[in-house]
Amino acid sequence: MPNSRKFKIPIGPQHPALKEPEGFSIALLGEKILGLDIRLGYNHRGVEKACEERSYIQAMYLVERVCGICSHAHSTCFIQAVEEIGAIQVPKRAQYIRTIIAELERIHSHLLWLGVAGHEIGFDTLLMYTWRDREVVMDLLALISGNRVNYGMNTFGGVRRDITPGHVAEILKGMDILEERTKYYVEVATQESTIIKRLSGVGVLTLKDALALDAVGPTSRASGVDRDVRRDDPYAAYSEVKFDVITDDHCDVYGRVIVRVKELMEAYKIVRQCCQQMPEGPLTVKVPRKIPAGEAISRYEAPRGEDVHYVKSNGGEKPERVKIRAPTLANVQAVKCMLKDGQLADMPIVVAAIDPCFSCTDRLISIAEPRKDKRVMRWDELRDHGIAWHRARGIDMDGLNLKFRKMLERV
Amino acid sequence: MSQEENIKQELITKFGIPEANFRLPRERRIFVEVGQEIFPAVFDYAVRQLKFCHLCTMTGLDDGDKLSVIYHLAQDRSIMINIKTSVPKDNPKLMSVTSYFSSADAYERELADLLGFKVEGLPPGNRYPLTDDWPRDQFPLRKDWKTPATKV
Repeated sequence: MPNSRKFKIPIGPQHPALKEPEGFSIALLGEKILGLDIRLGYNHRGVEKACEERSYIQAMYLVERVCGICSHAHSTCFIQAVEEIGAIQVPKRAQYIRTIIAELERIHSHLLWLGVAGHEIGFDTLLMYTWRDREVVMDLLALISGNRVNYGMNTFGGVRRDITPGHVAEILKGMDILEERTKYYVEVATQESTIIKRLSGVGVLTLKDALALDAVGPTSRASGVDRDVRRDDPYAAYSEVKFDVITDDHCDVYGRVIVRVKELMEAYKIVRQCCQQMPEGPLTVKVPRKIPAGEAISRYEAPRGEDVHYVKSNGGEKPERVKIRAPTLANVQAVKCMLKDGQLADMPIVVAAIDPCFSCTDRLISIAEPRKDKRVMRWDELRDHGIAWHRARGIDMDGLNLKFRKMLERV
Repeated sequence: MSQEENIKQELITKFGIPEANFRLPRERRIFVEVGQEIFPAVFDYAVRQLKFCHLCTMTGLDDGDKLSVIYHLAQDRSIMINIKTSVPKDNPKLMSVTSYFSSADAYERELADLLGFKVEGLPPGNRYPLTDDWPRDQFPLRKDWKTPATKV
């Protein structure tokens, strides 16, 4: 039977789904995935160490660059910890502005993801639509902050830029357009048979597994885990706005689409409430250059899930220790579980469905597929093996090369 | 009494942890420091009895002649407890908590790679996050390890 042979194939370090590096080694039986080994770390840049060598404000700008998509998530999570150590009271208006930017960032991230998901299943129309609509929110972010990514809105004790009444009008206009579009995506996601059939039952992560593996964000909520830091451990202005935590019990990639599309609708709700409730007042308070000794841990619901930053201060100008745990690290563990016993062809969409961000994460996990004849080949060994394999079957490239060279000489 | 205070009192009566080892800086946060000898019992109690069922992350610290690790655990919908324990730097042995949380795997490898912890009970696997050819005796997050930019 041709399907009965087990073999292992390497995928990566160039990512099969998103353009970021990580390595998969997949054990296959025919087309079925028996298990896999994930190697991360290709993007390790030593950000935590670098923070220890910089002043708090420099570290904040560095941390913002941990990730391009959820930059505001990281910088807010970091400064929340520092502000807690320094007992800095952030003005209400600044907290609302942080919340608005956070939700605009979530909208841009989820729309981007929806496009990528569409692309991975060959539904490129969806990619074109969502990425076109994403420009609405990108323009809003550029209008407010001057940047499409790395907004640089935060500073210790508040925010650096105001959201003016003119901005608010533009934001509300944008939210109306996007809500209209998102209603259409909800319709597409719940009625379009291509999506339903392609994604149902793919990359299954049961509620029990999601809890056991500590999955976070939309990945866990699509498996029925009712956790959201915005509600459970509120920060910024989230305790003052009303929104629903979206969960779904499909436990597969389809469920993850539903959760993200519905979270978009909640994000519009939050942005509108913030725009209406945002009080007048100062944007920042004065902050001393030195932060008193102490430690704090800050949690933040980034678009991909819970972001955790721990900061320790020794009373100097530089942080003593900064620890960053990005959501993808928590979710990448669940990928092994989702892919096991699945089809190889489902791998790109399953990996993409956690919305991975490896520049944030860069961690590693492993699964050992028990096998006795384990042998790792170096590149040159693999090449020699390939030449010998073909020669044994009567294909000799050396002879062919010689033939071609002679032909070329004649020309 | 607040819920945080209740948990603190419960741990004090149960394990005799000195009150000075606790810090409740704000609502939903508990910081506690425990010795290695009682750590396994405290951790087990926090996870199984007090239902701190979500391991947010683990932080390793270089505290001079000791290496410390903080386990950041969260309850559903509320409090986060941060349990800190230390081991001597010349023998930084740590018991793996992968039997409680399989997600600890990556965090513990990080402790081993970046700070030089010896984690016992960690299943074999790739290193993380450093490359395979990174020297085994170089631990970048230790305070005496300097980056080339800051080396004098």
